[in-house]
Amino acid sequence: MSDLKRQPRMWRPDWDGFTELIQVLIQKPLRTALSGLGVGWGLFMIIITIGSANGLQNGVSQDLGDMAKNSMFMWTQSTSMPYKGFQRGRPIDLKIGDVEYLTANSQVLEVAAPQNQLGGWRGSNNVTRGIKTGAFTVYGEFPEQQLIEARPLKEGRHINVRDIEDRRKIAVIGKRVRDILFTKQEEPIGESIRINGVNFTVVGVFTSMRSGEDAEEDLQSIRIPFTAFNQAFHKGDDVGWLCLLFNEEVHADSAAAEIMSVLKSRLSIHPEDNRAFGHWTVAHEFEEIQSVFGAIRWVSFVFGGLALLAGIIGIMNIMLITVRERTNELGIRRALGATPGVVVRQIMGETLLLTTLFGLIGAILGVATIEGVNALLEGMPDMQGGSFRNPEVSIEIVLQSLLTMVVMGGLAGILPAFRAVSIRPVEAIRTE
Amino acid sequence: MIELKSIRKAYETGSQSLTVLKGIDCIIKKGELVAIMGSSGSGKSTLLNVLGLLDDFDEGSYTLNGENMHGLSEKAAARYRSDFLGFVFQSFNLISYKTALENVALPLYYQGVPRKERQARALAFLTKVGLADWAEHLPNQMSGGQKQRVAIARALIANPSVILADEPTGALDSVTSDEVMALLKEINNEGITIVVVTHEIEIANQCDRIIRLKDGRIEGAMN
Repeated sequence: MSDLKRQPRMWRPDWDGFTELIQVLIQKPLRTALSGLGVGWGLFMIIITIGSANGLQNGVSQDLGDMAKNSMFMWTQSTSMPYKGFQRGRPIDLKIGDVEYLTANSQVLEVAAPQNQLGGWRGSNNVTRGIKTGAFTVYGEFPEQQLIEARPLKEGRHINVRDIEDRRKIAVIGKRVRDILFTKQEEPIGESIRINGVNFTVVGVFTSMRSGEDAEEDLQSIRIPFTAFNQAFHKGDDVGWLCLLFNEEVHADSAAAEIMSVLKSRLSIHPEDNRAFGHWTVAHEFEEIQSVFGAIRWVSFVFGGLALLAGIIGIMNIMLITVRERTNELGIRRALGATPGVVVRQIMGETLLLTTLFGLIGAILGVATIEGVNALLEGMPDMQGGSFRNPEVSIEIVLQSLLTMVVMGGLAGILPAFRAVSIRPVEAIRTE
Repeated sequence: MIELKSIRKAYETGSQSLTVLKGIDCIIKKGELVAIMGSSGSGKSTLLNVLGLLDDFDEGSYTLNGENMHGLSEKAAARYRSDFLGFVFQSFNLISYKTALENVALPLYYQGVPRKERQARALAFLTKVGLADWAEHLPNQMSGGQKQRVAIARALIANPSVILADEPTGALDSVTSDEVMALLKEINNEGITIVVVTHEIEIANQCDRIIRLKDGRIEGAMN
């Protein structure tokens, strides 16, 4: 008779069991809320810290702009070791011929774009158009420069190969340069500007893909053909510095070493002289940023995890107290036919529901906060330059944290659940 | 229905062992209304707990409905309680945050009866004890007599063979005591065996038979 009457309860969704759990939890709303707060806070913190770390990372990555990952910048300094009859401290000058030699002899080099510069940071007014003047940085460069740091055109065109070959006196100007030298109604293309007393014809206006000060710098610059630059400003065949693209499959550090060793042998520099050239690779920079953010991420995981652990221990503690307080009730339930397994399931279920529910609330609030900050940042054009942008958490991270918490919530329920059935029903009923 | 042979039960209190039941022999037939009387410490509550499978015993045999009840696991005991036994306690032992209807329906929940059926049957039993209008009230909104009637409805709902009542009128005044006893007798008339533990002779006298306990032994049976 007893076996016929019962249906296996495990295999169908136990909505009754669920309503039973809800009823218990809303019976003491304050306690439920307070014990849930710990867990919710834990998950909230994890999501906030991870989101912030991502925001910081996005911000810093954005500062690198659209520079190709396999790009490298290289400039000359002075030797620090005597070599082949030269004394140490010899200043190194780079010529166009050296760049041609490098292009011919390096295995890893793909693009070499020499650059020269006029004016610069807090330079004096060097560009005029009629009565309008401005202080801008003027670069002499090759069309290949676009492969290394792309600058979107607003109008007109970039420097091309014919400009280089014919040493045309043309200029592509940044948007701010245009705004300062021209009125809104004026059409800059085809107009003349004077750079250090030499006339150049404007053929294009560009903007920047970078952010903050870097973008500002871009927009206040003027680009003219390298050959025209050297001729107009009497630079001969000097090269200020090199912007390079190397084979993507080669690691940045070894690519840089190979390129420099080719130049060292050409310029009679000691092979181990590390001072003769300075260089900077985007990839190296990127790796460093990555490792810093790896550490930040790790720390945020640890602290978030600790917050979560504290929440879980709080839940366990509360459940132990609850079980003790409800000894009588649990005794009654057992007198009415609840098996120990059912009681264990009930207590575990309460713990799981509590952690899942409040974990979910914490996660939702965390994601909402992150999204709110994100929206706020996007709405503030001034903040575009900050090193904090698009804070975000992936859905995987949220789900993983939730899952971790649910598993830990389950573990936290074990002790209270077994304490609940360790007391004999007869003693439980007597407890008032 | 119930057959006890040489039931012995001792409690360990520290290093000492206190024997509470010192060999109980008795038979309770189906449909009987039996009172167990005795002074405090006579072992009557322990006997009721043994009968109710809420507590185990050390020696002897206990046969309920033809099945041996010795050395049951907690799970098996819970099943027998659920299927054969109904409990009525002195302090009612209703669950405070559940309505009268939910309290009455609870044993059916543990039998896996669907919700709608549980509620319908619970309402029927509340009607039977005259409390249909109180179905949605919480225990603390009801009087002692009403609470005990709810508890009796709860004891009845799983259609038990035996109802075990531990001082069912202990917390009630004489008028409500009589009402509760009248209800128990009415249930007994429907064929359900009832065992009442009491120390009040007026209550015991309303039963078919009185089992008197003294110092863990049965003194003698009346009727």
